[in-house]
Amino acid sequence: MRREGSPWRGLGVVVLKELSDHLTSARMRVLEWLVVLTALAAVYAAITQVRNVTAEDPFLFLRLFTTSRDPLPSFVSFLGFLVPLMAIGLGFDAVNGEHNHRTLSRILSQPIYRDALLFGKFLAGLATLSISLIALWLLVIGLGLIMLGVPPGGEEMARAMIFLLVTIAYAGVWLALAMLFSVVFRSPATAALVTLGLWLFLTVIWPALAPGIAEAFLPADNQALLVTGAQMLARLSPSTLFGETVLALLDPSTRTLGPVYLSQLQGAVMGAPLPLGESVLIAWPQIVGLVAATIILFVAGYVAFQRQEVRA
Amino acid sequence: MNKYVIEASGLTKRYGTSTVVDHISFDVASGEIFGVLGPNGAGKTTTILMLLGLCDISEGKVRVLDHDPVREPLAVKRRVGYLPDSVGFYDHLSAADNLHYTARLIGIALGEREKRIEAALARVRLEDVADKRVATFSRGMRQRLGLAEIIMKDVQVAILDEPTNGLDPQASVEFLELIRSLKSAGVTILLSSHLLDRVQNVCDRVALFNAGKIALMGTVAELGSQVLGGGFAVEVEAEQGPHLALRLGAIPGVRGVEEPAEGHFRLLCDRDVRPEAAAEVVAAGARLKRLAFDQPSLETIYTRYFQSVKPGEARHAA
Repeated sequence: MRREGSPWRGLGVVVLKELSDHLTSARMRVLEWLVVLTALAAVYAAITQVRNVTAEDPFLFLRLFTTSRDPLPSFVSFLGFLVPLMAIGLGFDAVNGEHNHRTLSRILSQPIYRDALLFGKFLAGLATLSISLIALWLLVIGLGLIMLGVPPGGEEMARAMIFLLVTIAYAGVWLALAMLFSVVFRSPATAALVTLGLWLFLTVIWPALAPGIAEAFLPADNQALLVTGAQMLARLSPSTLFGETVLALLDPSTRTLGPVYLSQLQGAVMGAPLPLGESVLIAWPQIVGLVAATIILFVAGYVAFQRQEVRA
Repeated sequence: MNKYVIEASGLTKRYGTSTVVDHISFDVASGEIFGVLGPNGAGKTTTILMLLGLCDISEGKVRVLDHDPVREPLAVKRRVGYLPDSVGFYDHLSAADNLHYTARLIGIALGEREKRIEAALARVRLEDVADKRVATFSRGMRQRLGLAEIIMKDVQVAILDEPTNGLDPQASVEFLELIRSLKSAGVTILLSSHLLDRVQNVCDRVALFNAGKIALMGTVAELGSQVLGGGFAVEVEAEQGPHLALRLGAIPGVRGVEEPAEGHFRLLCDRDVRPEAAAEVVAAGARLKRLAFDQPSLETIYTRYFQSVKPGEARHAA
């Protein structure tokens, strides 16, 4: 059975409207300030730290992102925490908000498919997140230029750029999750609580739980199997995937994200940086995992939305 | 050109084991106002959603403007305007901006948008609040804004779900006036409601829904004769006339005369006999005080009908 007309009809209209809603909303303003202030604090701490400690590092600029000074975590760990919060903040009432304001049936009685509405909302959310992340990224680089007084090298910029893209993909995962729950739950408060709960679980509890689960189900005598098993379990959490990708990208001396075997160390120069391509290759499964999680979660939300009753 | 704009036959909607709409068939002719009446939960809104392709059809066929709402929803939705039950708008946007968004979704050309939105808002008399945020609007204003959207869309069919629900009497009279003006502009209108006296005045034909089925369908007068046992009633009040009751009863077409009070007659007849009755009263030398044609009210029909089906319903439930 084929439908007549394009499912993308009206997509652009929906994206523009949602984007302007997001950018003018008070919620967005609060989230932006939260992100900017905390990230700036982290970068400032990193810069003072970098100045004191590292004199001759070939990847001085990347240290901006990863160095932490005691009470404050590093810029990347801040992002790992705040990006999901932003994404959930933008997505938790995407569909049930329309239901509750009784606008959904009116909009869907216009000549567009539901596809356009849901995908438009997702794209607008992702665009909003991208705009804030790119602004933040430029801010950090600019601050680094001014405060460190050293221009970044080409490879550093390339790594920082890929890091930006990965962060956007990471934001996409949480946005898709928030939108899925906004379809499933009729009340925005329930949707927000469930999404935040799942986020806390996946970010804080699951990585700590993974080794325990691995020990319970795998033979205890094989240490290597235990470690890899625990790691595989932990990688079910997008936060773990993001953390590992960032580690490989921003720390060029990272050679592997799993346990290192002695045979792999033969002939390796310890601490020497890997070329960019190799670093990306190390993190490639994680990057694909993040993108795949976004797509799967979006599709789940899409299927749920297509089957949903429009009546309020 | 097809005479009917909406044709439904054997339309059925099931949720699991419960059948919400059960094999209903009806046609709506071009240019008429068709009323869908019935208690809450009778399947009115579900039927409307199926007409728009917003809800799957379990069984049966429906054509709207010669399109299939399931296969060609865009073609249907382009030509049909829908005003949902207690319509909502984006509260943070102004009335005009809300219409702009819909206009872009419909695909109205940029140059034409402004003009059509202005004209539509003027039609429903909201032009002076066009730039106010919808959050400040009353319920009646929102309903009118919903109608403005339909006017702007320039549709052939307008489907209005409970349009006067929750409006104060003044606002609902105004609203029905607007609906009538839509009809005179050539729009076919399908209207669902449970506020009978209001609807009676605007609908050409009505369908009475009950438990997912169409119980009765036709003009109000037809329903009256079906449910109330037929006939019209003419009320006559007159002073002093010998054998007035007999004389009135002799008029052709009169089946019976009741005299509920002194000088007060109620004629049950097959047609409107007011002219003959008046002549007869005058001829008898009596003074005519009041002459009224008693149309069966939809409310009476509705109440009587549901009283008559209640026992059957109870058996169903048991």
